[in-house]
Amino acid sequence: MKPTPLPSPLTPVEIVDEYFIETRNRIIEVAAFLDRLDRADPEVANLDFRVKALHRALELVLAGSATGRVREIQLLMSDQDNRPLAALDRKGAVGAPDPSNQSPRV
Amino acid sequence: MKYIDHHAHMASRTTDDYAHMALTGCVALTEPAFWAGWDRSTADGFEDYFKQLMEFEPRRAAQYGIRHYAWLGMNPKESDNREISLEVLARLPKHLDHPTVLGIGEIGLNRVTVNEITTYTEQVALAARHRQLVLIHTPHLEDKLKGTRITMDVLRNQRDLPAGRVLVDHAEEHTIEMILEDGYWAGLTLYPQTKVSAARAVDMIEKYGPDRILVAGACDWGPSEPIAVPKFIAEMRRRRHTDELIHRVVFQNPVQFLSQSPKFKVPVGIEDAVPTRSR
Repeated sequence: MKPTPLPSPLTPVEIVDEYFIETRNRIIEVAAFLDRLDRADPEVANLDFRVKALHRALELVLAGSATGRVREIQLLMSDQDNRPLAALDRKGAVGAPDPSNQSPRV
Repeated sequence: MKYIDHHAHMASRTTDDYAHMALTGCVALTEPAFWAGWDRSTADGFEDYFKQLMEFEPRRAAQYGIRHYAWLGMNPKESDNREISLEVLARLPKHLDHPTVLGIGEIGLNRVTVNEITTYTEQVALAARHRQLVLIHTPHLEDKLKGTRITMDVLRNQRDLPAGRVLVDHAEEHTIEMILEDGYWAGLTLYPQTKVSAARAVDMIEKYGPDRILVAGACDWGPSEPIAVPKFIAEMRRRRHTDELIHRVVFQNPVQFLSQSPKFKVPVGIEDAVPTRSR
């Protein structure tokens, strides 16, 4: 079943008018988070898998993608190993695949 | 504008939340059985919770003119416990004829363990056997992609369950296509941090069209909003979408999906509800 897209009634300029300020705020929040980490420990960006994923996501934002930036970032932040866990290791997800998680898979 | 929220964990919310939902146009909601934030220790604990969903919550909702329906099942977060899961599944059929129970839900995967997949597969088979509608939870964050893939594999193998009677919830940009392309319904759940924002939900409707897409708040005991659907409506208006389109997404689509259960009734006087303004 093929979906039928519905283009936004907004013109490109109207989209910018409508969403620029809040998007500006969000990118400043991202920068503030990374600055906060730098003040705490500049090395954490090289050590924490979540922060590393965030850095790669920022590269994807700039690079763009034919299939969409959001989709690409969602895939980047996803566990690509489809094998189920042999046993429950913890109750919830943490936001990015953790390469140090050695929970057995089947 | 009148709307139906197909996913709201009202057992975790205050009565004021029902009032706010009613004041913002909610006329009906459906509440899937889910995790309480801690694991229940017995199947009897689930029975008590199911009773709350079938008896207490409909009364509370009715005070504000909202029709309350429930989905029953072993939720993904506790489904790794096979012992309790088997007990709960054995008790489920006796509740399926209850007048406000629409089907099995929310079932599915959490961390995508072998046990979770077994329990989920058994519940899909139970739903097919009893000709129930199904509401499926897909995992969060990094577990969503693989979890949705396995969720869909299990559904495809259950040929007695028509795709149009299954709602795969918590869809996001990287999973919505695989849900829609096989004829299933996709649910977008609006959350302040995880899941989908109102703006991204509108993006997905613009990208895929309104067919077989539902939108809900999925409010629960965590950071979440009982009036997320009206905020989605406001976002649709901000994009200058017509009220006819918005009405279709927040009212007609849930009616179309949920009415496959003869128990689901649109509140009297609202069957022909039309948008309050048009462009």
